Amino acid sequence: MDLTLTPQMAAFRDEVRGFLEASRNTYENGQPRNARDWQAKLIEAGYAARTIPRQYGGFGAEPDVLKARIIAEEFIRANAPRGMAGQGISMLVPTLLEVGSEEQKRRWIAPTLRGEIIWCQGYSEPGAGSDLASLSTKAVEDGADFVISGSKIWTSTAHLAQMMFCLVRTEPRAAKHEGISYVLIPMDTPGIEVRPLKTMTGQAEFNEVFFTDVRVPQANVVGGRGRGWFVANTTLRHERGMLGDPNATEARLGQLIELMKTESVGGERIIDNPIFRDRLMQLQARVYSMKFNGLRLLTSAVTGESTGLAGLVVKLQGCELNHQIAALAIDALGELGILYHDGPHLRAKGNWQRSYMFDLGLIIGGGTAQIQKNIISERGLGLPREPSPAKV
Amino acid sequence: MRFALSEDQKMLADSVANALADLSPLERVRRFADAGEDTAPDLWAGLAELGVPGILIPEEHGGLGLGLLEAALAAEALGAAVAPTPFLGSAVLAPLALTLAGSDAQKAKWLPKLAAGEISAGAAIAEAVAGGRDGAGVEARAGKLSGKALFVLDGMTADLLVVADAKGGLHLVETPPAAQRMDSIDATRRLAEVAFKDTLAQPLASNQALERLRDAAWVILAAETLGAAQTMLDKAVAYAKERRQFGRVIGSFQAVKHLCAEMAAEIEPARALVWYAAYAFDHAPEEATVMAAHAKAHLSEIGRFVARTATEVHGGIGMTDLLGLHYWFKRIGQNRQLLGGPEKVREYAARAQGLVSA
Repeated sequence: MDLTLTPQMAAFRDEVRGFLEASRNTYENGQPRNARDWQAKLIEAGYAARTIPRQYGGFGAEPDVLKARIIAEEFIRANAPRGMAGQGISMLVPTLLEVGSEEQKRRWIAPTLRGEIIWCQGYSEPGAGSDLASLSTKAVEDGADFVISGSKIWTSTAHLAQMMFCLVRTEPRAAKHEGISYVLIPMDTPGIEVRPLKTMTGQAEFNEVFFTDVRVPQANVVGGRGRGWFVANTTLRHERGMLGDPNATEARLGQLIELMKTESVGGERIIDNPIFRDRLMQLQARVYSMKFNGLRLLTSAVTGESTGLAGLVVKLQGCELNHQIAALAIDALGELGILYHDGPHLRAKGNWQRSYMFDLGLIIGGGTAQIQKNIISERGLGLPREPSPAKV
Repeated sequence: MRFALSEDQKMLADSVANALADLSPLERVRRFADAGEDTAPDLWAGLAELGVPGILIPEEHGGLGLGLLEAALAAEALGAAVAPTPFLGSAVLAPLALTLAGSDAQKAKWLPKLAAGEISAGAAIAEAVAGGRDGAGVEARAGKLSGKALFVLDGMTADLLVVADAKGGLHLVETPPAAQRMDSIDATRRLAEVAFKDTLAQPLASNQALERLRDAAWVILAAETLGAAQTMLDKAVAYAKERRQFGRVIGSFQAVKHLCAEMAAEIEPARALVWYAAYAFDHAPEEATVMAAHAKAHLSEIGRFVARTATEVHGGIGMTDLLGLHYWFKRIGQNRQLLGGPEKVREYAARAQGLVSA
């Protein structure tokens, strides 16, 4: 255990601080004045697309988890906006780098990094949620093309996206996991219909996407026909790590403490109520546990050790913790916590209320809590899989 | 930056665990409990060969001169084996009290003997840390102590006692009065009641010594609970892989698998919290109390969850004396209440970060 920074890392931290100080007037309240200009500036300085090779439009640095963490911490400290982080940048780009053809890398990565192409992810279907590999959207070969029919759900940015990376069944006779291909689909192709999916938050954070005889060149398959399941699994892991990010949770706990110090009911500050204070302390212990667990994982990433259980539990515990923080904030607000949309008494624009509802979706999405427990018990503890039901 | 155990630390943890596998198997623990033993000299002597009693004692006084993280790793192994030892009093609290606040003469007189495991020490600090029950509390006047102390840690066979008075001052009692055993659920850690009546005591002069002792004890209790909880999970998983019902091992039922996953999901991040709390005690003193309190309270909470859940995974056999799982269940239960239950300890955590109004 040594939590001090080496002189080299301290110098890097100062460099990041210097950059943020010098660019102070290009962002405000955590938002850039111009998103694309900011993104270009970040890539040039190496604070976005840091490890993407230069020939594909990135900064081209060697992966270094410590530097990545320093960048993350300094941006939080300065309340500076991070680079763009849509599903294209965080999921498609790493996939293409790993398994894409040279032509695909050259064509798609740079404009995606610059924010010129927005992507959406077409994985889940109405009939294929936790059992994603049973998906049935089909792609039938027709000359040099595939003709796609079916539907996708929980497609968050489909209404904005120019492109979708999508899992479709191309080999109907192959085994479940071996008949899937990962294909890139332009969203303006005839036959695609996007319908907003309004959730309990009152907003349409998701969409449904319907495909009727949508024609896509076979050249748009990434990683080879029938290999889609394995291609997608590489990037699902990135998503699960992202969903339990302890830095974001710690920042949120800080906001909750601030709320409890400033809100009063009947003349008493919430923080002065011992029951609320006790609940806060219970959550704080959990936040610290996840924070230090994150540092432990970071160290394992540097040394190349396997992370085992410490890594497998992050999505389950992190998403649950976020939800509990929002729940305590709502209880601290009391009746104010049921206000919504607008009005003079509404606090923080209703963000706590929205989080409380939306975060329940994050407990379910990206592999439900129950699927996570299967993964933890099977891969982490070596317990057997549930046997398939006997054929009747 | 490196958030991981060093090779030396891993080796220390392994060697203590390996030694305990021989020194403190379940039969030995059972004999201690059933025969009503107050001390297990065989265990302490065996651990002394590894230097465990002197883990925190400076090398100049015959100890290993290591930090609280190393002590926590040893405590984790002791908890994993529910070993009946005077580790908390003899290897942690008395050495810390002496190094922080003892005179050169006191250090020279006691530390080498403690380090060698030749004598043992107890700590009567429950009232000063967690409040007095049944009128307990100790008053100090003119070098003498009066009053009674309950829940004295490792007090039954102590050659030396560290006592906190009602004002938070620390004292060294070199000829402790006779102790009465307080029978508790955990027969592998004896607690004592000690009555002082004009008992001669030497003051240990230091403003922060009691706070440091309290923080260290919280971390050590948390580490012990971590070890005990991990053992209970390991036993539950092993049992779930072997016990068959409805024609299959019960570990293939999601109802059982998910209980195991929930235990692991609670334990694994808590391990990092215990490591950090122990590290902070030596290297980040401004955070030490907050982190020690969180470690103690949080491990108490998840320890309780693991203790009941691991027992439940075993089904009826988990309740039996024959299986012996109850020794870990009870150690976890006892650690939860010692030196303040979670509610009390969390209040310290809040106070230490300025969240409690004056």
